[in-house]
Amino acid sequence: MKIRHIFVAVVVLLALFGMLLMVAELPPYGSADNPGQNMVAQRYINDALEDTGVPNMVTAVVLDYRAYDTMFETIVLFTAALAVVVALKPAEEEGDDA
Amino acid sequence: MRDFILKRMIAVILAFIFVYGFYVILHGHISPGGSFAGGIIVSLSFIAFATVYGIDKGKEKLPEKFLVWVESYGTLWYGLMGLVGICKGAPFLANKLAGIDLGVPGTLSSGGLIGLIGFGVGIRVASTMITLFYTLMEGDA
Amino acid sequence: MQFVAVDYWIMALSLILMGASLALFFIKDLIHAVIVYGAYSVTMAVIWLLMNTPDLAITEAAAGICTTVMMMVAIYRTRRPKKGNKDEN
Repeated sequence: MKIRHIFVAVVVLLALFGMLLMVAELPPYGSADNPGQNMVAQRYINDALEDTGVPNMVTAVVLDYRAYDTMFETIVLFTAALAVVVALKPAEEEGDDA
Repeated sequence: MRDFILKRMIAVILAFIFVYGFYVILHGHISPGGSFAGGIIVSLSFIAFATVYGIDKGKEKLPEKFLVWVESYGTLWYGLMGLVGICKGAPFLANKLAGIDLGVPGTLSSGGLIGLIGFGVGIRVASTMITLFYTLMEGDA
Repeated sequence: MQFVAVDYWIMALSLILMGASLALFFIKDLIHAVIVYGAYSVTMAVIWLLMNTPDLAITEAAAGICTTVMMMVAIYRTRRPKKGNKDEN
């Protein structure tokens, strides 16, 4: 039992070391030439108002440019509610659909 | 919870929470907020009501059949709004490409389909949250 | 890198975030953990507001309250362990 604990501790420490090495390799926080800040953000900032007619850029991206994502996000919510109802709802007597 | 002060306070505050939630949903495209946050605020008003006044009275006020209806047809509403683009000869869920009038930016009726889609998403997020709450609260666990 | 006043506020609030997440790891009582989680989400909402993203601030505040309520109800509907008995691990 003790040897297993020591083994687990060593593995966890090694994993932590690896993760910290990866964090050291990340680009600096908020830097202007990060790979995340590419042409897409600039295009949204420039064209969102005339493409969608909406001043709130977040809504323009969520409900117009990325409308497919939001659609399936609502379906995920629907599935979550369905799973909870199926799992927790007490079965009724008349049920052809228990 | 049958406290008198709590009941009267909720009775006063509830309407304002409800109206604020619909304000956040409907103004999601011209001010901070959005349909998800607004829907959750609307659902929180009903959750507060059902918590203070009892789950049975909450179900009386907002029956589960209506919730299931809103939840199903809210999902369908999103797809129907997408079909508008196809009917006009544009891709699915197209807004400007389908030739819809975008209106004056900054007014409530601007944005074409965005306001309608946001309203659908908002009410169905609200109904999902209330359904989760009702389902968790009832039963004989 | 030049810091302005808002950055120091964000750093101070991030310390609260770290404390809350560490506390969540060590707290055994679930009700206390849910309360600490509520504090976490409120702090996160203030941080989003200081970072000039009011959209996320509103969503985080509302969703934080709603998830807290849901967890509270889930704990209320399930059995809680007796006070003082340590679970074996």
